[in-house]
Amino acid sequence: MTQHSNVLFRFAAPQAFYGLAGRLWPWAAALATLLGAWGLWMGMFVAPTDFQQGQAYRIIFVHVPASWMSMIIYLAMAFWAVLGLTFKTRLSGMMNRALAPTGAMFAFLSLWTGALWGKPMWGAWWVWDARLTSELILFFLYLGFMGLTASIDDPRRSDKAGGLLALVGAINVPVIYFSVRWWNTLHQGASVTVTQGSSMAQTMLWAMLLMALAFWLYAIAIALYRIRTLILEREKHTQWVEAELRPEGAS
Amino acid sequence: MIWNSASEFWAMGGYGLYVWGSFGVTALLMGGEVILAGRRHRHTRESLQEQARTNDLAQDTAQDWQT
Repeated sequence: MTQHSNVLFRFAAPQAFYGLAGRLWPWAAALATLLGAWGLWMGMFVAPTDFQQGQAYRIIFVHVPASWMSMIIYLAMAFWAVLGLTFKTRLSGMMNRALAPTGAMFAFLSLWTGALWGKPMWGAWWVWDARLTSELILFFLYLGFMGLTASIDDPRRSDKAGGLLALVGAINVPVIYFSVRWWNTLHQGASVTVTQGSSMAQTMLWAMLLMALAFWLYAIAIALYRIRTLILEREKHTQWVEAELRPEGAS
Repeated sequence: MIWNSASEFWAMGGYGLYVWGSFGVTALLMGGEVILAGRRHRHTRESLQEQARTNDLAQDTAQDWQT
């Protein structure tokens, strides 16, 4: 065993990860706030008007980051599912439970902001187009994961069932991503091609990337925060949780 | 700065409803998620602490009965 994998396995223990997550989430949250404020400033006050879409294009600064995160979080869940199913790591199932609500929220926001963008640009809140439909399926996959894991009492079986769903559903993520290329869709193609002067495209691009990074760090922060609650619940009969919960123990 | 006035900013070139509808709901959901996660963590801690106290009490009582 190399030193590196030793460290990984050490933090695969819920007790060690509880402490690690407790130290990490405030940093992720602070960084998310900072980058979010910067991205909003760039997006709302610095980035110029789009010559085709006017001010409506500014929806991109929440729509694209939310859509990206809805896909990235599902891929992360599939990754943890592989670890959980092959190595039987207890943390993997908890990690997926911590991620799923945030993924569902981002998938919903992707659809919501997409509808609010589609109405003024296409004249329709919704169309049954490949991109939109596959994103809707992603939203349902998140809800399905949450419903499935909540309905099985035995944590081990619950984690396994959830892991399988996360793994099988991951097929949908490349479908979403490539849908605009594979099919003729109403949805515009890959996002970052703004057809105005390059300096203008630059500020739009920067604002979008800053917002995407902020959303990513937000997702990390909230998942790390939530997994601590899940660890406490699941390990409540262990001595370390008892010690952790003594009045003198910190947060 | 690309806006001449605050009202111009809020109007978003006539797309205010769509732009602020997007940003508003995003902020609402993310803020709400943070609040819910915090509340759940506190509740979990408190109820587990409560359980530990009743367990301790039950043990103490059992010991009292034995002596």
